[in-house]
Amino acid sequence: MNRFSWFNATSLTLGFAFLYLPMVILVIYSFNASQLVTVWGGFSTRWYGELLRDEAFLDAAWVTVRVAVLSSTLATVLGTLAALTLVRMGRFRGRTLFSGMIYAPLVMPEVITGLSLLLLFIGIGLDRGIFTVVLAHTTFSMCYVSVVVSSRLATFDRALEEAALDLGCTPAQAFRLVTLPIIAPAVISGWLLAFTLSLDDLVIASFTTGPSATTLPIKIFSAVRLGVSPQINALSTILIGMVAIGVIAASLATKRRAVLAERDTRAAERAEG
Amino acid sequence: MSTATAERTRPAVFAPWDDPDATPLIEFRGVTKRFGDFTAIDDLTLDIYAKEFFALLGPSGCGKTTMMRMLAGFETPTEGSIHLSGQDIGRVPPNRRAVNMMFQNYALFPHLSVWENIAFGLKREGREKGEIDERVTEMLRLTRLEKFARRKPHQISGGQRQRVALARSLAKAPKLLLLDEPLGALDKKLREETQFELMDIQEKTGTTFVIVTHDQEEAMTVASRVAVMDEGRIVQVATPPVIYEQPASLYVADFIGDVTIIEGTARRAEGGYTVEWAEGQPPLRVRSGLDLAEGARCHVAIRPEKVEIHRNRVEDDNVLKGTVIDIGYLGNLSTYHVRLADGRVVKAQNFNTERDTRQPFTWEDEVWINWTAGCGVLLER
Amino acid sequence: MRRLAVIALPYLWLLALFLVPFVIVLKISLSDIAVAIPPYTPTLDLSEGWAGIRDFLSGLDFENFVFLTQDDLYWRAYLSSVWIAFVSTLITLAIGYPIAYGMARAAPEWRPTLLMLVILPFWTSFLIRVYAWIGILSSDGILNRVLMDLWIIDAPLQILNSTNAVYVGIVYTYLPFMVLPIYATLEKMDDALLEAAEDLGASRLGAFWLVTWPLSRGGVVAGCFLVFIPAIGEFVIPSLLGGSDTLMIGKVLWEEFFSNRDWPVASAVAIILLLILIVPIVLFQRNEQKQREREG
Repeated sequence: MNRFSWFNATSLTLGFAFLYLPMVILVIYSFNASQLVTVWGGFSTRWYGELLRDEAFLDAAWVTVRVAVLSSTLATVLGTLAALTLVRMGRFRGRTLFSGMIYAPLVMPEVITGLSLLLLFIGIGLDRGIFTVVLAHTTFSMCYVSVVVSSRLATFDRALEEAALDLGCTPAQAFRLVTLPIIAPAVISGWLLAFTLSLDDLVIASFTTGPSATTLPIKIFSAVRLGVSPQINALSTILIGMVAIGVIAASLATKRRAVLAERDTRAAERAEG
Repeated sequence: MSTATAERTRPAVFAPWDDPDATPLIEFRGVTKRFGDFTAIDDLTLDIYAKEFFALLGPSGCGKTTMMRMLAGFETPTEGSIHLSGQDIGRVPPNRRAVNMMFQNYALFPHLSVWENIAFGLKREGREKGEIDERVTEMLRLTRLEKFARRKPHQISGGQRQRVALARSLAKAPKLLLLDEPLGALDKKLREETQFELMDIQEKTGTTFVIVTHDQEEAMTVASRVAVMDEGRIVQVATPPVIYEQPASLYVADFIGDVTIIEGTARRAEGGYTVEWAEGQPPLRVRSGLDLAEGARCHVAIRPEKVEIHRNRVEDDNVLKGTVIDIGYLGNLSTYHVRLADGRVVKAQNFNTERDTRQPFTWEDEVWINWTAGCGVLLER
Repeated sequence: MRRLAVIALPYLWLLALFLVPFVIVLKISLSDIAVAIPPYTPTLDLSEGWAGIRDFLSGLDFENFVFLTQDDLYWRAYLSSVWIAFVSTLITLAIGYPIAYGMARAAPEWRPTLLMLVILPFWTSFLIRVYAWIGILSSDGILNRVLMDLWIIDAPLQILNSTNAVYVGIVYTYLPFMVLPIYATLEKMDDALLEAAEDLGASRLGAFWLVTWPLSRGGVVAGCFLVFIPAIGEFVIPSLLGGSDTLMIGKVLWEEFFSNRDWPVASAVAIILLLILIVPIVLFQRNEQKQREREG
């Protein structure tokens, strides 16, 4: 039966046009020579040049990257531990509170998370800056990491660990040599997710940062409040380009691995039969 | 349910395929179905008669499922025509056919109760509520599901689900019911019981059943006629005993039941042929009406239960000497693999009629095997 | 010992940086605004022992919450947030369902690519995706110029800085959250069910309404909550695309805190917002639970 209908094709085409056209337009206009953002004044890379000469943007970018690397790494460690706690530790006193604290930040409006953390930092007299933003980002992104990792752990075949123990591993060795390599893809996607969330965050960073540390989203936000800016178009294009390259490379790598694995299996079958 | 009841449901007179005046319910006329370059069904012509329990048997990929889906209306033939009660149904969509299907793995609607599943087709016909109630109740009684009417499909057992699927597809009283591997999801014991139940229900409702299966025992048990399929073609259509005892080709002989096949050269003889098959071995005598050229290549197929095994030489049409190399003990009978002097292995079966835990023959025993000329089947290809 | 360490580390972290801050918000919402640092009273002074705690507790009251009910700005903002989130959710569903449906019916070898195309925008900056619409929706923006060139309109439409632009922004940025759960349920659905419905006499459209739609309801409900819940507290979209008459509570809270520096009222606003969110969150959890039971 022909399942893929004309209606399906149309809705996919329109849907993806809606998702991608705005970004395509943004990318095109980043090469516009004109200062007027809606009038095409010829091709130019002028705004890229201006952007790269703008110290404030470069500083903000550097702050953002540092925050993202630190917070996503911390969040991955804490989130993985939290996932192990949720999936592997069985019942313990305070488990309900713990799982509540893992899931709550996922649905908590950012304004509230930001506000509450700021009030905490003021309450304990912590100077606001990169450090406080890292703490804040780690807190909410560890919850995302733990959700990603625990869904992988839930389908993990425990017989593999038992086999490792049976073959003489200590529990710690079994975790390091068997469990960790198998859940590694989930841990890595958790890290990437945490990294992206941190790069992306405006609201929580605005609440928890101080005058010394302006992140890129804060800078972009203050620039675009006044309307379209060609420099921001250029910056957006760079960010979109990096994500696109990253995601496409990752999916090609996955596909390649799948193809190689299939070829190996077939070769093995041929060798046997 | 016992085998005796099953026998009763098969009156010997029911053989419309032998009656030249009978009109078939379903007629396939030169039907071909291609998917791209792949030919799933190749120029197939076939008649199925009303009230038959017809089985399409073959390995996966032989085209039996495609045939069934063409009957249901999910596929249309590339060439040829399919008639149901004399009407061409090739282009009629599935929802306008007096044909219903019991799906493999049942395809029960998980969000609807047993009752609602059975009523689904009746409601589509826009029947009155009272009428629907009555019919669903009747179907529930027929399949012994009265107690489970309010349950959802995931709240009942596999066997019960199978019966819901049957009740649902029978509710609209179709002219033709298609069953796609209906017992495939059940375990062996339940499957055997259900086979007889299916036959009983087919008898009670008088519906024509077409069943698709890869399980030859199932096909032989339930069907009035079996069509053996291979690579988009029907190799043989016949009643189960004919399929078993008079296979039309090596493929059928090999696919149905256990068989030993010996290749050789045919020489005409009285009442049939003698087949020369190995140096220094006596030629095999086969009774056959087949018309083969002198010296043609041919095959002799022998069922293991037709081969006797003895410690000493006995007089018979075909007598061979060999060594027991393997024994398969099945309780009611034992299968012996006997290696002949040239290395060929022939299977022989012995019924264990006495209550003795010691086997009459053991490994490495020198034995004689024999069968009569009427027991082997001569095959051209 | 090791078990304790595994549990304790994330547990303590969340206690200190999630639960404690939340208690602080609750406490400050019960305090009064003051011209001081920090700008509220009372503050807890443990050095005075029990008397200090008693003073502290007697200084707390529900004055800020009473204030929220008196100034109609706040309840109008809450209502308007819920309404905007609700309308956006419906639009997102209307656009997202056909996309998910098309993906689920596409050839299996195409599905991973389509899935990647839906997820890809999620990895690109939220802020930039909202920003992209400023250039499109402004009065001299691309949309208006295209419509005018095609003689569909004579004068530019005022879309930017209005509630309509907020709808566009929410639908655009949250679309993947709607598509993914619906796709997940549709993709799992057995085609034989549709064939069974047709075999029993249902038309194609009938089979959709009687089988596909009810079976995808779990995904639809999940998708709706995934859009509705965060949309209520949204700040970036109304502040970049919305107009002065677009009231959303996230924006109110932000301004209360950064412009008016009224921390107690901002905290009270946050507490009420959370109370409003609890209902859809509990319903969402129940839906997820039901989905899991149905599958397991």
